[in-house]
Amino acid sequence: MDETPAASAPAIELRALSKRFGRHWALAGVDYTLARGDSLLLTGPNGSGKTTLLRLIATAISPSFGAIRVAGLDAVRDREELRRRTGLLSHSSFLYEDLTGEQNLVLAARLLGIPDAQNSARSLLERVGLDWRSGRPVRQFSAGMRKRAAIAKLLLKPPALVLALLDEPFGELDPSGIALMERLIAELLANGVAIVLATHMVDQGRALCRQRLHLQEGRVASP
Amino acid sequence: MNARHPPGLLEGAFLILRKDLLIEWHTRARLNALLFFALATLLIFSFALGPDTKLLEQNAGGYLWLAILFASLMALGESFRVERENASLDGLRLLPVNPRAVFLGKALGNAAILFGLSLVLIPVMVGLFGVSLALGLGSLGLILVLGCLAISAPGTLYSAIASNARARDVLLPLLLFPLIIPALLAAVKATSLVFQGDPMSQLNSWLLLLGGFNLTYWGLGVALFPQVIEE
Repeated sequence: MDETPAASAPAIELRALSKRFGRHWALAGVDYTLARGDSLLLTGPNGSGKTTLLRLIATAISPSFGAIRVAGLDAVRDREELRRRTGLLSHSSFLYEDLTGEQNLVLAARLLGIPDAQNSARSLLERVGLDWRSGRPVRQFSAGMRKRAAIAKLLLKPPALVLALLDEPFGELDPSGIALMERLIAELLANGVAIVLATHMVDQGRALCRQRLHLQEGRVASP
Repeated sequence: MNARHPPGLLEGAFLILRKDLLIEWHTRARLNALLFFALATLLIFSFALGPDTKLLEQNAGGYLWLAILFASLMALGESFRVERENASLDGLRLLPVNPRAVFLGKALGNAAILFGLSLVLIPVMVGLFGVSLALGLGSLGLILVLGCLAISAPGTLYSAIASNARARDVLLPLLLFPLIIPALLAAVKATSLVFQGDPMSQLNSWLLLLGGFNLTYWGLGVALFPQVIEE
């Protein structure tokens, strides 16, 4: 699916990755490599640095020290291209509260240059089970519905996607939403997209991921 | 799937502008608050000066721009509050969207709201301050467009800077006012000429000055905004 010169490069390469917020080190010297199309379960207690690590890889924040490469793309030098090839499902939905679910998705689709933005948005909302509420403002959505809309927004990114970063993807979802999320993760993996899954639902994560990285106080530790 | 063609700078700016105006339309309460705030400002100035029609007419240009300036703080603050909710601006950054398109779209959206507000304020000025449009509506329209653009470009940039600060409501006027005072002075002088007549043909000079400020503000905004919205 990927025809760039860096097609053989690992999905993620982290070298001495560190992030400091004020005096607090949220991450300290993390080294890790994840192969293309592989899946990583990211575990650790609250405040161990899981979300910070995902936000760093997605380039939502910049590292204090160290280097990040995604599919051979440098997080500083090739930031824009890296963002095109990485999707982040975060605690924040990235949705505009005063726009409807459909308007949010159509906007994202147009900004991504998807030719038939309206139909793409509608079909994705249908896929995540939100078509019946897509005309309502996001402000009126429940937490689970926001998560579903955020999942639909993430799914706008393929086919350029090589890495999906999923921060507590099962949180707020009902059983049908969790089953949907599991199906989507399996589909992404089948399409060669590498997955990093941060969750406290370790058993569920283990069933979906082949690799595991445990963080403790911002450092790689044994689970 | 068909090939994707991400929008260029202007198309991206248009999409952001459309999104901001759509949000404003969905939440008309904010527009109403803006309008009542500006109207109350004009009313207070009018009562403070009393029935001295000559004085009212002389100062009308200044009061109009003060009302627009005060209301602009509300509009500019709002424009980045919606981006903070649910980290929507992060969502735009990570799509990725050209940050310059985000700046242009948001600044043009703010300018459009201020211009719309000023159009509502003009009849009020005529009624409350007894001003006449000696140089015609076209000249006044041009001044309003240039003045609103001159507030919105640095206002959008500083609003983005202030949006991450805890004291953002205090920070925005502190950053914005010193920078836009020269442009506001030009707008006030030009507006006063429209209201009172221009026997010395000074209007074009003030318009040129206002245009020059706009070039500087918009150029700086486009150049600096990408650094501002990245961490």
